[in-house]
Amino acid sequence: MVGHSPPPFFKRGPAPLAKLVFFLVLSLALLVSDLNLRYLDAFRQGLSVLAYPLQMAAATPADFVRNASDYFASLVRLQIENKELKSKQLKEGERLLRLEQLEQENRHLRTLLEARERQPVKSTVAEIMYTAKDPFSRKVILDKGAQAGIEAGQAVVDDAGVVGQITRVFPMQSELTLLTDKDQAIPVMVVRSGLRAVLFGSGDGLMELRYLAANADVQPGDKIVTSGLDGVFLAGLPVATVARVERDQAQTFARIPCLPAAGVERFTHVLVLGHRESLPARPPEVEPVVSKLKGRRARSAKE
Amino acid sequence: MQPTNRSRRILLPVKMWFVYTTLFVALFLNYIPTGHLPAVPDFVALVLAFWCVREPLKIGIGAGFVFGLLTDIGVGAALGQHAFAYVLVAYAANELSRRVLWFTPVEQALHVLPLLFLSQVVMVIVRLMAGAEFPGWWMFFGTFVAAVLWIPLHYVLLLPQYQPMERDDNRPI
Repeated sequence: MVGHSPPPFFKRGPAPLAKLVFFLVLSLALLVSDLNLRYLDAFRQGLSVLAYPLQMAAATPADFVRNASDYFASLVRLQIENKELKSKQLKEGERLLRLEQLEQENRHLRTLLEARERQPVKSTVAEIMYTAKDPFSRKVILDKGAQAGIEAGQAVVDDAGVVGQITRVFPMQSELTLLTDKDQAIPVMVVRSGLRAVLFGSGDGLMELRYLAANADVQPGDKIVTSGLDGVFLAGLPVATVARVERDQAQTFARIPCLPAAGVERFTHVLVLGHRESLPARPPEVEPVVSKLKGRRARSAKE
Repeated sequence: MQPTNRSRRILLPVKMWFVYTTLFVALFLNYIPTGHLPAVPDFVALVLAFWCVREPLKIGIGAGFVFGLLTDIGVGAALGQHAFAYVLVAYAANELSRRVLWFTPVEQALHVLPLLFLSQVVMVIVRLMAGAEFPGWWMFFGTFVAAVLWIPLHYVLLLPQYQPMERDDNRPI
């Protein structure tokens, strides 16, 4: 009789503890492959088809509240906004006129130089529907998706500068990761000194210039624009302003927090820029000398 | 047919379609885009814990996993984050069910509070290990709201089981 367990009164399948371990391991595997390896985008797309109707229904109350607040927006506020927009338009108008003339001139010069013409970038206007609920990241949901031709990786700007980048695309919506999201990176240039660097979101609504030497030529108030080295963002879009520079003798790098130029956390309409013209292919890697030597040695050994 | 231990009142057997409907309603409530509003409870965790306490033989870890994945998709979290937490909640609620059912609803809420709190802590740990920012202490307020909601939930979700099959005024229960 030893080793015989009594017959179970209720059929419960595998032991609860075994089930627990199985499902915990399964969810951990999902977590690792989603966060580190990004294998699960197709799986997520599949499941999101299931969740989509419920999601749409749940977004309706938020839509309703948003529309209602728009509707009841006070007349005064609208008048003020109108005045601001008009004065802004006047200011921009003058610059726009000059821009057209400059573009004309640029085209002439480029043809003179027989340089490749810059391709105009296709862009889509999108509206921000709501902030994604995940409290650990700074993401918002846009009302345009794959059906409007939006693809993952596209740059998003508003009237004042770069806002972020599209990270996930659904059929009718897309997910925009803000620049202030932790570790969201963008290659930039300091306008005054021409210094190139990488700007990271620091997670508290600010951004940070990292990996700049303690004696780098950066001052508070410096404007920071995209450098265009990534092939995603156009060069010269405003990104941030340097808030302060903390140089510490003990640290190799300076700590440089920056304020975002665009209204990164408070806009309603944004512009999704199309993909840039593809950059020339990278030159082939030169094989290091050491490996050549090794190869020769190996060959001579064979002989 | 399981007696509610406290009142010794015999309830009708639970209908599984009702259990899943309430879970989907909770999922719907979780999907409402409240942004980073503090003190929004995790409805799915709450309803899941409720049914796992009431019906440990009928619902458990598997449902926790599936509804966790659906929550992950809907709120744009890392895939598996809520699944991990809900599997733990379902298991603990199943194991606690024999003890918890002997208490009044208020005392039950006190038992469930640490459970829901644990699920939030697990999610925070998982995401911080993956390198996300700490969202702030406000995200734990929702747990306390959820625990308070347990008391009305206790009556609302059991309502269909209180209804007798045929109405009879002379029936003792």
